[in-house]
Amino acid sequence: MGKKNRKVPGLNASSTADIAFILLIFFLTATSMNTDTGLGRTLPKPPEEDQLDNEIKVKERNILNIRINKDNLLMIGDDYSNIDEIKERAKEFIANKEDRANLPERKPKTIKLLGQRMVTTNHVISVQADRGTSYWIYFEVQDALVAAYNELRDELAYEEFGIKKYAFCSKEQQEAIREYYPQKISEAEPKQYGKVQ
Amino acid sequence: MSRFNKNGSREMPELNTSSLPDLIFTILFFFMMVTSMREETLKVKYTIPSGTQLEKLARKSCTSYIHIGKPTDALISQYGSGTRIQLNDKYAETHEVYDFVYADRAELPEVDKPFYTISLKCDKETPMGIITDVKQVLRKAYALKIVYSASKAQE
Repeated sequence: MGKKNRKVPGLNASSTADIAFILLIFFLTATSMNTDTGLGRTLPKPPEEDQLDNEIKVKERNILNIRINKDNLLMIGDDYSNIDEIKERAKEFIANKEDRANLPERKPKTIKLLGQRMVTTNHVISVQADRGTSYWIYFEVQDALVAAYNELRDELAYEEFGIKKYAFCSKEQQEAIREYYPQKISEAEPKQYGKVQ
Repeated sequence: MSRFNKNGSREMPELNTSSLPDLIFTILFFFMMVTSMREETLKVKYTIPSGTQLEKLARKSCTSYIHIGKPTDALISQYGSGTRIQLNDKYAETHEVYDFVYADRAELPEVDKPFYTISLKCDKETPMGIITDVKQVLRKAYALKIVYSASKAQE
């Protein structure tokens, strides 16, 4: 009966490409590929009720106060300053390489891989902003402080391990460097000095 | 000498396009993997500050976003020009951040909870007071990892 000669006709697949294109364009428009970058911070734990007035006392030489007022003017320690100076001042303060009396005290500390070193363990950098301060200047100060830490860590990585960048070191080395230069930026509660417009 | 015969009716062979769909599908899957859905419509406009020491956000899936800025031009007549906080799809007050954080964190699987991060996308001109208020609420909610979202500065 001629049944043997019947064949299933091949499916016309020429429009699959169009369908795929439509899907592709849909996904291109509906999704975003922005890689989010930013400055990571860890907030301190909330204060407990009974601990409120039990503030930690820090020696004056161990604190670097950075204050920003509502007009976005900066003060480092006791003098007016501007944003470009922060990094150098912070580096000088954190490292205290010359062991000066008005900069943070250096204390012996045993660090893995590095042995016993004199480190400014107790230093604190406190950034205090007014309620009316603009966010961008606060951010730039934070950015400059992180830059200061990163440069010091890079320098130490080069001196100790001969590696140009902290980021290229092994995990143990990074840990040692982090212990040498711990990041201590305090998130001080804001105060209202000036009137907010 | 048929080899040099020029008067034969030669035709261009048709291009085989049967693998075209596969190609397009490959591109499609690539885009599906590297991109993420736009989740919310922005109701505030902001320009994030720029910095030099930025890190990439490690895990996008365990990140919540808080947008702070002024209402967009279309909404400014309705809501005024004061700085607003946007959570998910609507404006919110500072204290609502607390519930937002708890609700968002509860959706994460247990292993991801330590990596829960808040990304603060704030306008450059935002007064610090608002941001600090938000930060205090985040502290209370034990969402201690935050990221100040910023773009890379051009040098």
